[in-house]
Order: sequence, then structure tokens, then C-alpha cells
Amino acid sequence: MTDALLTLEGLTKAYPGVVANDDVSFQIKPGEVHALLGENGAGKSTLVKTIYGLVKPDAGRMLLNGTPFAPANPRAARAAGVAMVFQHFSLFDALSVAENVALGMDDPPGQRQLGARIREVSEAYGLPLDPDRTVGDLSAGERQRVEIVRCLLQNPKLLIMDEPTSVLTPQEVQILFTTLRKLAAEGTSILYISHKLEEIRNLCEDATVLRLGRVVATCDPREKTARDLAEMMVGSVLHQPEREGGESGEVLLEVTGLSLPAPSDFGTPLREIGFTLRAGEVLGIGGVAGNGQDELLAALSGERPAPPGMISLRGRDVGRLRPTARRALGLLAAPEERLGHAAAPEMSLTENALLTGDVRERLSTRGFIHWGKARDFATRVIERFDVRTPGAETAAGALSGGNLQKFVIGREILQKPDVFVVNQPTWGVDASAAAAIRQALLDLAETGAGVVVISQDLDELMDIADHFTALNEGRLAPIRPARGLTIEEVGLMMGGAHDMDVADENAIAEVQA
Amino acid sequence: MRFALEKRPAPSRLMLGLTPLFAVIATMLAGGVMFWALGANPVEAIRTIFLDPLFDPTFGAYSRPQLLVKAAPLILIAIGLSLGFKAGIWNIGAEGQYIIGAVVGAAVGLAFYPTESRLIFPAMVIAGALGGWAWAMIPAILKTRLGTNEILVSLMLVYVAENILASVASGVLKNPEGRGFPGSRNFARDYPAASNLELLPGTGMHWGVVAAFIAVIAAYVLMTRHKMGFSIRLTGEAPRAARFAGVNPTRLVVFSLGMAGALAGMAGLFEVTGPAGQISIDFGSGYGFTAIIVAFLGRLHPVGILLAGLLMALTYIGGELAQLMLGMPAAAIQLFQGMLLFFLLAMDVFANYRIRIKTREAA
Repeated sequence: MTDALLTLEGLTKAYPGVVANDDVSFQIKPGEVHALLGENGAGKSTLVKTIYGLVKPDAGRMLLNGTPFAPANPRAARAAGVAMVFQHFSLFDALSVAENVALGMDDPPGQRQLGARIREVSEAYGLPLDPDRTVGDLSAGERQRVEIVRCLLQNPKLLIMDEPTSVLTPQEVQILFTTLRKLAAEGTSILYISHKLEEIRNLCEDATVLRLGRVVATCDPREKTARDLAEMMVGSVLHQPEREGGESGEVLLEVTGLSLPAPSDFGTPLREIGFTLRAGEVLGIGGVAGNGQDELLAALSGERPAPPGMISLRGRDVGRLRPTARRALGLLAAPEERLGHAAAPEMSLTENALLTGDVRERLSTRGFIHWGKARDFATRVIERFDVRTPGAETAAGALSGGNLQKFVIGREILQKPDVFVVNQPTWGVDASAAAAIRQALLDLAETGAGVVVISQDLDELMDIADHFTALNEGRLAPIRPARGLTIEEVGLMMGGAHDMDVADENAIAEVQA
Repeated sequence: MRFALEKRPAPSRLMLGLTPLFAVIATMLAGGVMFWALGANPVEAIRTIFLDPLFDPTFGAYSRPQLLVKAAPLILIAIGLSLGFKAGIWNIGAEGQYIIGAVVGAAVGLAFYPTESRLIFPAMVIAGALGGWAWAMIPAILKTRLGTNEILVSLMLVYVAENILASVASGVLKNPEGRGFPGSRNFARDYPAASNLELLPGTGMHWGVVAAFIAVIAAYVLMTRHKMGFSIRLTGEAPRAARFAGVNPTRLVVFSLGMAGALAGMAGLFEVTGPAGQISIDFGSGYGFTAIIVAFLGRLHPVGILLAGLLMALTYIGGELAQLMLGMPAAAIQLFQGMLLFFLLAMDVFANYRIRIKTREAA
């Protein structure tokens, strides 16, 4: 077949102890939006890095427009027309949009010319951007535009997008999809990596499913249900979270008028946050990253003390108490960042069990640590939450993201919290681990604890939350029962399209003409 | 062509353990070149520094006990410093805490002169520890209250301490029977109740050595068995996780600076009542700075510090021997000790990073 833009033939790449890609073959046709699906560790990143020239395959070959394609580095890949938008932005906050774009280009034109080009291209594709604005002031959605526009300036034939919607509101996702469809219509192929199955069904015409480094299925995602796709990825029947809608009980946590200044220049201040959490309730807090999620968690966990009268646990003011004292009273938390915040990467799981388990599990007396008890506690977490690891002496940093997340969540749940606050419980976690974590949160609520789930994954919140609200620029939207909320309402609670300029229809028409 | 440092994904533990050894070897080589440039036979110079103090038939009997005498203050101070260093709290002013500890302890002893009592020496040790502790509390309080940099404050206080020392040595603590010479009464010679003499003749073992060994063991227990040691390690490895765990940063700063100050103050007191004998203008001998090298050379591990302290003591004694026998300038010996830290840090870089030579590729 010569009509394919990119053909992968038998790509194999092994790392010590693991085969990341095993005989992977598929094709991407010109102008198609092709989904690459798979759990964490299925080999998606390795494959994409191979195409982008960051990884050299051990065997197999690639053809670009029928000619052999073996980029030695990303620069060669870009020269051949392959561009990539990474999941984590590589932008400098203190520089302007144009300066950031110039930094990512192999031979940037002059600033004024570049500014004009940025304006032109961004408007043509419905992603208006002011080249002179400082990146630090942009929303996540706008930052992503900078990355996309940077790619588009190089007229790519293949655009690779790695989990692009994890930082966007539903409205912003719609804008992005419009752009991607338009690009595809003009003949640019898009390789779209995501674990959000509804999006893939919505956007992509073709999908390749990877499992443990192998291609296990190719399909048209529009003809499959999200559940079918998930089961192809996992290779087994997926466990859906389930719960019996319990009656909610007494008020456990009451937050009133919680306001805190931003912890740093690029942090978000908390503004007048208020909610009540009852026993047995799961409160879902949505929102795009960077709208105060980390700050809210720090205020609730006790990392940043709050002024008196703002946070009370069972009627007792806990705002001034430090994390250990709050734990003793039953308020536990699990932050988003696993490595370096929820867990110390170079310390063993036993030491990490001690990190938060000391008070409630009585792992020390008069400051002297009972390492045996700490190890037992770590082992219990590992067993109960199916953490795949050689043992409790393994360093936390050696675990995969999903396994470490199970450990972090399990460590708190086994301490039987009265109130559990968790930020992004399933971020970067594979589907089966995510299902297990969600079920554990529901089970915890079932036992009469109150659970606050801060998440960017709206499907997750709709699955497990009783009540829903969203953080937008440090403010909390009014709390609504989760049942019956439409995705549009949710999007508006999250701040709509953040007042981003929506493309001028005329400009689009002009370019198309 | 240009060089670039690239982080190794997982530095090998063996490499990290061996870097101090490599650093010692590299120091010997570079030091040898330096001695050769100064006109000495490099092999002889290295042998004079590292082997003669232990094995020379003439000097060995004198210099072997000196090993413990010199190592004790280094180990005592380095143990204290290592607590803070592990948590990322950089006390550079141990020299000042050492001096103030000696001054305060000596002042307490002199106040009782010539009373003879078993309680005087212990009281002086406590006073010395408190003096060093109080001196270290200045950077600690400024840091926790006003957010000042403890590196600068602790370092600058060294010069303040040196001036206080000069002032008291020729002022309030001056020996009234010293015929006008600056310097206090000699504890070792004139005041038995306040003297820190050899416990076992011919070994160099004095109370400071005992304290150093106790400090090594206590630090080991603290770091491996106690919550405070855990908090220190956690803060050093993952500061955000430490805050999440509930470690109180203020308490940690106060504890680690305070411990370092108290141990340095004790070291000063043991020195002034024993090997130095008296408060004099030139009492500060740089132990507080050399201890920084000792702490890092020992990998901030109590047992490592014990070994590093002995090694560093060896270079002190060997250095004096080299000055005496080969006419090497004192500065050459200090340079030699400095090289040791330099090479250790350089070796650490290579253990954690590898060098990649990048050629400019054609676009």
C-alpha cells in the first residue's frame, strides 16, 4: 500500500527486563485522525518517541510516504514533517508567547515576522493567540495553543498529540476538536493518544490498541462502545465502580470562607471557598489544572495552616493544626504529585508508610520508630491494594505510577479516615488500577467516611460523586447534586471556555477559500 | 565539539560508596604534582603525610596519639553538621560555635578558679555546649523568623566570634599572673579540676574522644531509629513530602543548628581544656571548617564521618610532619586538604552524571 502517510513495520524495542514494543505494525493514512490506545506501560510512549526520533527501534522499520524513515533525532523528525505536542508543556513562564515559540523552532524568523505568523496561523485554525503575552499569565488551554501553534508553524504532515485534553474544560475540548478536524480535512494526519474513550469515539476514525507492547486490535472506534474499547485495552472485563446510594449522615467537615493568598507567583489564591461534607458523602470537585486544586489540598491537609474559623472537623476548628494533628483527628489527605509530595521517591515503601501512618497506626513511641510495625503496615497496604512490587523494601520511585498511586491511596484508606481528601486519584493510572481506586473510595464512603475527590477527570467524578462542584481561579462553584448534571452545565461550572477568544468564523472561511 | 553532563538514571550504590576512595587517590596524585612543583620528592611527601605519622619509628610514638586528639573535634563537629546537611540546612559557621563554646566553657571554669571540685569540669562541658548552641541559635532564629540565609549568617558570625575571642583573650579572661601576655590561665597545667587530660597514657584518648564516639553512636541511632532522624532524611530527600508528612521546618532548623552548635561548642571546650590548654588569640584552628570536609567525605553517615575524621586528622599530623621534615609551607597542606573536598565533589558529579561529547550534527 502506498497511500499511507506513515507505515510502521514490525517495530520492536526492548529495555532491560521489559519489551516496550513487540512487532508493532500499523498505518496512518493522510488526513486521518488515528487513535493510539493503551494502558500505562502498554508501550504508547515508546512508540511515539520512536516516530519522533527520540528512541531507536531494535528491529523493524518505518516508511514515510513510501520511503524509509529513520529519524536520528527530533530535529530530523521535524524536518520530515512530524510534529509533536507533549502532555507536559515545555514553556517558560517568564517569556512571551512569541519567544517561547521561537525557542522551539530550528531556525526561527525574526520576532516581528514570527509574531505576525503566530497571529495568522492561530486565527486560521481557530486558536487565537496574542504573541506578546507572557506565558505565565495564560490558562492551561492557552498554553496548549502555544504548543500546537508552534507545531503548526512547521507545516507538519503528521501531528502527534499526547493526552491533549487532560488540562481542558469540555468547552475547550470542543474548540480543540474543531481545530483538529479542520487540520485533518486539510490533509494533516493526527496521531491521537488518549485514555479518554469517549473523546476517541468522538474524534478518531481509526484506532490501534496496544497491550503489553503488542498491537491487540485495530478498529473503527466510532463503531465500538467505550466499554468495548476499555476491555480491549485491559484484556479483561472491566470492573465498574458500584455503590448503593447511602443516606448521608452528620456533617463531618465544614469549610467556610476559606481564603488564602497564592503561595508563589504562579500559584492560585483560594477565594471564599465553602462547602460541607457529610458522613458517607463523596464530594467531587472538578476543574482545570492550576485553578487552586493543589492549594485547596494543602489547606485541607494542613500543609498550609488556615486562619481560625475556616475549617472545622466535627465542629472543632482545625485550621491552625498541622498535618499530624489533623491526622490524629481523622482528616487524611493524598496529594496529586505522587513522587516527591505524597511519597519520597528514594525511600522504601516501609519508610513511606511511616510518612503518614505514624500517628494513627502508632508506628513510634516517644519518637522511636517501630520498623517492624511500619513494615507490617506497608505490607498490609501492598496486599490489600494489590500493589505490584517485589516487597516493602522497594524504593517508592521504582514503582510504576499506577502501583505507587494504589499504595498512596491505600496507605490513607487503611488508616480508616473520617474525612479523606484526595487530589487526582487516578491521574496517569491505568484503567484497571483506576477502577480499583474508585471502588476503594466508594467503599470508604460506604463505611461512613466523607470523601472529597478533586479531579480533572469528569467521567470519574460523574461515576463516583454524590455532589459536584468545580474550582475556577480559586473559587468554588455552587454545589449541585451530581445526578442529572449535563456536561454543558459542568463545563460552565468549570469556567466555560475561560473567555478564550473563539475563532472568527469569517477568518476560517477566508483561509479555507 | 562540546561536552554535556547527562544525568545517570540510577547512579550505582557501589560508585557512590567508592567515590571517597577515588577522591583520596586523586588528591594524592594532584597533591604529588603540587609537592613536586614545590621541589619535594612527591612519593616521599605523600608517604610523609599518610604513612609516617603511623609507622615512622621516631615520630610514630608522638604522632599516633595525636591522631585521636585531632580527630575527636573534627568528628564531633562533623556529626553535628551532618544532621543539618542531610536536611539541606547549611551551617557553615561551626568554627564560630567552636570558639564561643570554648570561651563560655572556659569562663565558667575560670570563675571557679582555684576551687577543686569534681563538678567543675562537667559544668564547663555543659557551659561549652550551651555557648555553641546559643551561637548557632542566632542564624536559626534569624532564618525561621526573618527568612535569612543561614549560610551567610553562620559564616559571618565566625568573624564575630574570632573578634570576641581576641578581645577576651587579652581582656576579661586574661591570666592575671601572665605578666601581661594575652591568653587565659592554662587549664591543662595550672587547674587540674578543669583540665581534660589523657585518660589512658600514650593513646591520646581524652574526654573529647569519648564524646566523639558517643556522638557517632547517638547520631547513628537518631538517623536510623528516631522520628527526628527520619524527618531530617525526609526533608533532605523530598521537602514537599516532608511538609505533607507534617515535619515542622522551624523545629528542624532549630534542632539541627542547635545540635551542631552544641557539639561544636563541646569540641571547643575539650580542646581548650586539653590539647590547646588555654584561651589564646589563635585558638581557632580551622577545625570548624575542616569538619565540613569531614562530613561530606564521610557521606554524612556517622560511621563514614568517624573514618573520614581519622583520615583528615592524619593529613593534619602528616602535614605538620611534612612542614617539619620537608620544609613544605603550611598553605600547601591546607591546599592539600581543600583538594580532597574538591575531588570528592567532582567524583560525585561523575557518579551521578556521565559526560557526553556532543558533535554538532548537520541539520
